[in-house]
Amino acid sequence: MACLGPKCSLYYMLISIWGIIMLALMGIFFQIRSIALFEDIKVDEKEWAMANFSKSYVQEKYEDNAINCWIAAGIYLVLFAWSFFQYKLNARQNYEMS
Amino acid sequence: MDSLLRSEKMTLCQMFLQSEAAYTCVSELGELGLVQFRDLNPDVNAFQRKFVNEIRRCEEMERKLRFLEKEINKDGIPMLNTGDNPDAPAAREMIDLETTFEKLENEMKEVNSNSEALKRNFLELTELKHILRKTQTFFDEALFHHQALHDPSMTEERIGLLGDEQTVRPGQTMRLGFVAGVILRERIPSFEVMLWRICRGNVFLRQAEIDSPMEDPVTGDNVHKSVFIIFFQGEQLKARIKKICEGYRATLYPCPETQTERREMAIGVMTRIEDLNTVLGQTQDHRHRVLVAAAKNIKVWFIKVRKIKAIYHTLNMFNLDVTQKCLIAECWCPVSDLDRIQHALRRGTERSGSSVPCIINRMQTHMVPPTYNRCNKFTQGFQNIVDAYGVAAYREVNPAPFTCITFPFLFAVMFGDMGHGLIMFLFALFLVVKEKSLESKRNSNEIFRTFFGGRYIILLMGAFSVYTGFMYNDIFSKPLNFFGSQWAVTHGDPHYSIEELYRNEKIGFDPNQTFLGSPYPMGIDPIWQFAFNKIAFTNSLKMKMSVILGVSQMFFGIALSYFNHRYFNKPLNLIFDFIPMIIFLFCMFGYLIILLFVKWIKYSPSQSHDAPSLLIGLIDMFLFNYAKYVSPGSPVRDDQKQFIYNGQQGFQSFLVVLAVLCVPWMMLGKPLYIRYMKKYGQRADFQMVPQDEEEEEEVMFTTSPNVVSPTNYSFNDGKFKHQPLSVNSGDLLGGGGSEEVVHNLESNGALHTEEAVEEEHVDLSEIFIHQAIHTIEFCLGCISHTASYLRLWALSLAHAQLSEVLWTLVFRIGFGLPKTYGSIILFFIFQIWAGMTVLILVLMEGLSAFLHALRLHWVEFQSKFYDGSGHMFTPFSFSHIIDGGLDE
Repeated sequence: MACLGPKCSLYYMLISIWGIIMLALMGIFFQIRSIALFEDIKVDEKEWAMANFSKSYVQEKYEDNAINCWIAAGIYLVLFAWSFFQYKLNARQNYEMS
Repeated sequence: MDSLLRSEKMTLCQMFLQSEAAYTCVSELGELGLVQFRDLNPDVNAFQRKFVNEIRRCEEMERKLRFLEKEINKDGIPMLNTGDNPDAPAAREMIDLETTFEKLENEMKEVNSNSEALKRNFLELTELKHILRKTQTFFDEALFHHQALHDPSMTEERIGLLGDEQTVRPGQTMRLGFVAGVILRERIPSFEVMLWRICRGNVFLRQAEIDSPMEDPVTGDNVHKSVFIIFFQGEQLKARIKKICEGYRATLYPCPETQTERREMAIGVMTRIEDLNTVLGQTQDHRHRVLVAAAKNIKVWFIKVRKIKAIYHTLNMFNLDVTQKCLIAECWCPVSDLDRIQHALRRGTERSGSSVPCIINRMQTHMVPPTYNRCNKFTQGFQNIVDAYGVAAYREVNPAPFTCITFPFLFAVMFGDMGHGLIMFLFALFLVVKEKSLESKRNSNEIFRTFFGGRYIILLMGAFSVYTGFMYNDIFSKPLNFFGSQWAVTHGDPHYSIEELYRNEKIGFDPNQTFLGSPYPMGIDPIWQFAFNKIAFTNSLKMKMSVILGVSQMFFGIALSYFNHRYFNKPLNLIFDFIPMIIFLFCMFGYLIILLFVKWIKYSPSQSHDAPSLLIGLIDMFLFNYAKYVSPGSPVRDDQKQFIYNGQQGFQSFLVVLAVLCVPWMMLGKPLYIRYMKKYGQRADFQMVPQDEEEEEEVMFTTSPNVVSPTNYSFNDGKFKHQPLSVNSGDLLGGGGSEEVVHNLESNGALHTEEAVEEEHVDLSEIFIHQAIHTIEFCLGCISHTASYLRLWALSLAHAQLSEVLWTLVFRIGFGLPKTYGSIILFFIFQIWAGMTVLILVLMEGLSAFLHALRLHWVEFQSKFYDGSGHMFTPFSFSHIIDGGLDE
């Protein structure tokens, strides 16, 4: 049963390939605590002050984000598999039609 | 090399084609596609030309084919497009084709008219069937009423026979007539109202809808209809009702009165419908078979007919020889392809079985030859960009080969981002790799075709953007730290301690203390992402880069004009245009570029506060404002500036004076020289300077009208003018060797532009005005064009900022969220961010950067050397005709 049209499934395929690569890479960058992403982990100054500006607070934030990124990449992997399946289905239906 | 830089050498040729071989020869040339025929009878009306009949026949064939195509499309039969390209059929094959098409068309028409008649018949029968079926219920109801009102045994007839006056009256009132018919459903309401009004309510209308839609036999549309039955009394009413029915285009059918008759009729109708169905099916089958057979060939037929038509159209441009034995054609063709053209002619002659060979003969002309740049699929896109501005004048320097590199590069300077560049690159790579299959699909979407046509441009633009993105160190607005930042805070430095951090919101890094000494190996140091003054830093860098790139491109443009002047042998332009232009531009901006590099190299971090402001320095240079300057190395007060090198004041003043002197040099030099030469009559020997070595024996162009004296046209000058020709071919054959193609290389000289002819008559004052305008345009242009190149900086800044904003405002929402639901939100946010990145940053920004790169090439670069006044070489080629035909 094809839920997505041929164009829609192609779109999701492309965007999930991009998503998988990019989010997986970003997960790695978060994991290695890339400074360029420091502004993206949203350090709350007050909370950080409460934690006495400890390093572990920031580390934890980085790791949370890394895991989030990987989970999102995983979701994209599922999306990719599904849209790929849909794409094949569409292609086969097209073939049968003609 | 020469053909890459300039358009092909063209020559005007004359062809003598034997009338029986002309058709095949032209068809061979059409396959070759290297010859542009001139219309030799431009004043002759299209209807008075020789082959007008053949063209008419071709058009008739095309009409028949279009009719067939329409029928095939109507039946939804796929047309086979094998993409093969049949040769142009021989002239006699045309009759075969004509008869085939005639037969097919007649057959089609017959089948169509038959099936239409059958369908009409079928429709009538089905309507009748429905009437019989539906009216049955009405009659049943009526019968019921009848019985309710009357004694069932007392039918009207019986009463009448009995002559019982008492009962006849009510009986007569019940003697109802009726008509039954079918009407379009949407007409029912007004039909009912009309009946009521005209018959004053004395009729009884019943109607029922027919559930299944009927097919209109003429249009083939589905229509909904209703069955109606009207009961009435008396002949007068009947006449009226019939009129109304006619007015409403209702079809009335005879309906028997008694039930048994109706049943019999219904059975009859059913059998007839079944018979009709089989006949209809057979007709359809036959039609389908005919169309399927036609669909296999229709594309090939189309191509064949178009080719025949094109050949006759070309033959119409030819002149007839006095003896009627041969046709004379004139054509432009590239010199280097003359051999191939001769081969094609020989093949054509052989195919036609003619014994007399066709002759091709180069001739002299005063006309400007068309511009023909040989392109492959890679350079074609860039050539199109250049041609969109103006087709290069004949043998002018063609900027397209340089555009292949500079265009994507300037684009990339404005579009520098590794991520966006990669997306663009991958998209174009897909188009390039799938080139063959995408091309054969012939996608009709215009936007897609535009992208597809420019796939190599996009590919290069993407690749170059990745490079410039690497230089700017931007990937989706984030930097990459490949080599390690060259800024570091040494541990325990008191300036950058924790206490300092507590005290200040921001800390300034002093390069003397934190810079490690050697710059980041390639591109911008990633540390700048966190800098408060990042934009100020990149602005200064990008501005300098764009001035350097822009001024070098302008220098390059002027340098190309040197090749033009050399080639067209215009030493005046060389001395009075090219040299002052170079000096002028160098004095102003060339010097500035040198200073830029000096500033980058000379000043170390410790001296950074001594570095001069170059823009102010440039302004001071032109105002001779040196009061506040001190010599290099000496201490500088706040309101003072330092010289960069000793003797700067003198050198800069010299440059300014030189630049100012260039203006009268450019403005007055050429007109004054021409005036002088005119007075003393020595122009000719100046202009007779021989051509450069690469030209060998051929002198293609000269500016001087003196050279074009009749003496240079010793060979058949009188005969080969461009009036409709009446050359005695026998003379030529005798003179040039009977069977060989006549070449006359030795008299190949002195083609010249129309411009040159005009120049002679141009007034001296006009030269003055022209030159003055030219000078002012250039001098002002130098400044405004340099400023215009700053768009490289502006757009690159805008692009970088936009992508950063998109990251901060959209993508960042997805980060820093708790583990539980953060990933889900990230999942959705990524999609939004990715979509906006492609739409806004890649598509929209890419388009704007493309347009700006286009402008920089057309206006700032090409204005320095490019005339663009040529006309395009449009060869007679079947492939163009077929492509054009399919696009229609």
